Amino acid sequence: MTSATQRPTPVVPTPGPARTPGARPKPAPPTGTPVRVTGAQSLVRSLEAVGVEVVFGIPGGTILPAYDPLLDSTKVRHVLVRHEQGAGHAATGYAQATGKVGVCMATSGPGATNLVTPLADANMDSVPVVAITGQQTRALIGTDAFQEADICGITIPITKHNFLVTDPAEIPRTIAEAFHLAATGRPGPVLVDIPKDVLQEATSFSWPPELRLPGYKPTTRPHGKQVREAAKLIAAARRPVLYVGGGVIKASASAELATLAELTGIPVVTTLMARGAFPDSHRQNLGMPGMHGTVAAVAAMQKADLLIALGARFDDRVTGQLASFASDAQIVHADIDPAEISKNRRADVPIVGDCKEIIAELTAAVRAEYDNGGTRADLSAWWQQLDGIRETFPLGYEWPGDGALSPQYVIQRIGQIAGPDAIYTAGVGQHQMWAAQFISYEKPATWINSGGLGTMGFAVPAAMGAKFGMPDRVVWAIDGDGCFQMTNQELATCAIEGAPIKVAVINNGNLGMVRQWQNLFYSERYSQTDLGTHKHRIPDFTLLAEALGCAGLRCESKEDVDRVINRAMEINDRPVVIDFVVGKDAQVWPMVAAGTGNDEIMAARGIRPLFDED
Amino acid sequence: MSSHTLSVLVENKPGVLARVAGLFSRRGFNIESLAVGPTEHADVSRMTIVVAVDELPLEQVTKQLNKLVNVIKIVELDPGVSVQRELLLVKVRADATVRTQVLETVQLFRAKVVDVSPEALTVEATGTADKLEALLRMLEPYGVREMVQSGMVAIGRGPRSITATGVR
Repeated sequence: MTSATQRPTPVVPTPGPARTPGARPKPAPPTGTPVRVTGAQSLVRSLEAVGVEVVFGIPGGTILPAYDPLLDSTKVRHVLVRHEQGAGHAATGYAQATGKVGVCMATSGPGATNLVTPLADANMDSVPVVAITGQQTRALIGTDAFQEADICGITIPITKHNFLVTDPAEIPRTIAEAFHLAATGRPGPVLVDIPKDVLQEATSFSWPPELRLPGYKPTTRPHGKQVREAAKLIAAARRPVLYVGGGVIKASASAELATLAELTGIPVVTTLMARGAFPDSHRQNLGMPGMHGTVAAVAAMQKADLLIALGARFDDRVTGQLASFASDAQIVHADIDPAEISKNRRADVPIVGDCKEIIAELTAAVRAEYDNGGTRADLSAWWQQLDGIRETFPLGYEWPGDGALSPQYVIQRIGQIAGPDAIYTAGVGQHQMWAAQFISYEKPATWINSGGLGTMGFAVPAAMGAKFGMPDRVVWAIDGDGCFQMTNQELATCAIEGAPIKVAVINNGNLGMVRQWQNLFYSERYSQTDLGTHKHRIPDFTLLAEALGCAGLRCESKEDVDRVINRAMEINDRPVVIDFVVGKDAQVWPMVAAGTGNDEIMAARGIRPLFDED
Repeated sequence: MSSHTLSVLVENKPGVLARVAGLFSRRGFNIESLAVGPTEHADVSRMTIVVAVDELPLEQVTKQLNKLVNVIKIVELDPGVSVQRELLLVKVRADATVRTQVLETVQLFRAKVVDVSPEALTVEATGTADKLEALLRMLEPYGVREMVQSGMVAIGRGPRSITATGVR
């Protein structure tokens, strides 16, 4: 897992070691000496130079020139996917699992527009991804030429930045800048659009190029005075909560967080994007906050007198109705993106910087506060209150009355059998929430999901990307039957290219989360949520799996669950798909209904903790 | 809500205006006026953006603008310590019977006539939005046939330069 904890370094990327040393020796030119190449060769050399190991993509008309030198590269492996959306999510899964920049490639027009969803997804979840797209030749741009789409214009709102390269000489610099932008500061997706004739033209290549980004200066070192202010509040707070977001994982700051948490004894909540940033087994971890968070995590935030937000962004799914969110709390907000601070909730102490540095400095400052000032609030009453809530309202589920299989049980058993070293991805919906709730995450970068955009179909391609990045780890895609039908074509890629992932289709025959809302808020009028996967067994997921070169298993009873999971764990020569036929009426609880305040949380149907009354 | 004038230094590259304008509309901020032009540095352009927002959203819009990779620097110009100007070109109906009166108004506003024909005059005026509005009110009774107005440009008073630091 070392690579997942590697932090992006803000320097010009340098050539990495060859993937297969000795194979086809190609003497690299001395650094800085220009060599004559085509634009396409310059692109491939640039990708090699920044250390790209894997590119997920599909060739097509305008990107064709780039695929020719790619054939000769001994450093960059290209994985031919079945749909560009799969390439984008695979790059995201790879990046989330390894901490490196994920790369995807597509041709112009529809190839590029198929990347829109994964780019928007990576943008919302701050994932470092670089997308390279072919573009129509310079002379044809703007003429509505065949497979022309203004992908730079289209992706401005959903990328950290993008480039249209109009001069082949600019390729090395643009690639270096794209990777630098993607990996540093608040990470995010960057698109590089290259016209076909730019790829074909003769140019010169030299490395490393000089970066020219006069407007890009992310702040990584926190302001000492702000850190000391925060430390004062932390030492004095009687009901503090560490509100941990995905930024802690991006900054590889789990060790620092554990030190701070243990020094202070402050309760920790880990958001959907931060599951695994702090061990679930740790007694200070109250679990996930938010719409489907634990009662203890939601209550702790609501009752807190101080929230220490670390790499979190006060998302509406965490805060519920903003006006009634943690109304008594002062806010320390630490984030690398200054625009997140005071965007939704005003911060009393803003700290801009890299979470790893912030948390380390904060720990030292709190320690100094304890030692010198002698201030140290007693948290025992706070813990007593929270432990009471935790004991009264633990996470749980009921078995379906009709004897059907419980989806929560299935997911819980997968987590227990595959263990904390496996990587889990999810689609979006009920299964995602259950996977966030009922799998115990002990390590960072073991939980990969689509948090911000909520992209159905994320699980399979993201698992594929994670497996290519971490081939020695067991990778489980926890998926729903709705999600699975959106992107399962990538199983063919997995089977052929050698990514033996394991897919658990939590098949309730319905678009489960939508059905749950129809059950709760639309008078049980189930409009267009029955997929027929139960009634007609269309598709038959085991047959579909076999057709895609995977092992197909099915499980319909509690007694069978462990046996089938263990069987899947034994199959490592090809991907496995398990059709878990589960009850359609299971619901995700606890729940804060959309638009209401967090005090309205329901622990289970009809059970309201009413913790605002004490 | 109050109007705020932002001077935004950006890289002189294609598409930067679209990035800036798109950010405003996407995040629900309304641009009252926008002017773009070159600076004393060939690779830097300057945008003057007037936006009507409260203090807190202004902070948010400034931070979001700063996140755009091509944006180099943002300075809010206080109207009290800056010079703010717009340019107006207006074609006024002015035959022989009213021409003298129109010319008198033009002079009062220190505007100038840049084109003449038997039925109309074209007037060029610079000034603050208030002054140009007052001029227009005076000219309207004669008949405004056509007009065009620039966005506001603004520069801080005193010797200090916002392009002196941070641009390179």
